[in-house]
Amino acid sequence: MMNNWIQLPWSALAGGVLIGLAAALFLLLNGRIAGISGITGGLFSLRRGDVGWRVAFILGLGISTYIWQQFFSLPAVQIETNEVLLVIAGLLVGFGTRYGSGCTSGHGVCGVARLSPRSIVATFTFMLTGFAMVYLLRHVIA
Amino acid sequence: MNNLTALFSGLIFGFGLILSGMINPAIVLGFLDLAGEWNPALLWVMAGAISISAIAFHVAAKHQRTYLGLSIRLPSSHTIDRRLLTGSFIFGIGWGVAGFCPGPAMVMAGSGSTKAIIFTIAMLVGMGIFEMWQRGNRSVA
Repeated sequence: MMNNWIQLPWSALAGGVLIGLAAALFLLLNGRIAGISGITGGLFSLRRGDVGWRVAFILGLGISTYIWQQFFSLPAVQIETNEVLLVIAGLLVGFGTRYGSGCTSGHGVCGVARLSPRSIVATFTFMLTGFAMVYLLRHVIA
Repeated sequence: MNNLTALFSGLIFGFGLILSGMINPAIVLGFLDLAGEWNPALLWVMAGAISISAIAFHVAAKHQRTYLGLSIRLPSSHTIDRRLLTGSFIFGIGWGVAGFCPGPAMVMAGSGSTKAIIFTIAMLVGMGIFEMWQRGNRSVA
């Protein structure tokens, strides 16, 4: 745990800076908010001229581990949730982020960065719900 | 050109999620677990990401068009309505169950992780259900 405290913050902060740089590039070059759920969800409308950049951004995300591994090793990833719960969670995340117009990137990073009251409220809402859900699953039910 | 910069932005975004540890649901759930061994990593990620993008939004506010000549499109809505709250609440439940949000899930799906692929497919289905529900509402209204 001590080790976590010493090592994690720097890589977490540096990773955050990279995420911020990506959002900055996307805003200043493509003129769009780097909100992953919005970019993905917009594909369902299939408007002409509106598909290519969305697919390209998602492709960039999708190949990132492959490119990363040409230079560094991938950090350990533990997905302990079972498949049934993953499906339920996926459905909720997909539906909820579209209904609420954003996720951790669009509201949590971009929206908070531009001090959008909507995004600040949304970020508090999904974080508080996330805290409550983990409390329920780990400390009440389990 | 704009597809290339979108690809590059997505790639850098993915690198950020990898380096920050956010592709690991265990770290995200560790942040959400206030009553357990709380892991503050997500706060650091947000601090880094928000400070850099805040500068970019500051720069963008002074311009009509991007460096590629595209128009800058920012959300214009200011109303905090039930949609925003309910949607974020539903998202929060799913996030708390799996520790995955859309970005990390798609990065991990790209790495070939079966569980991340399962989550991502379900997430896309959830988005599709939302889309169909919206269209149903529109045709009724």
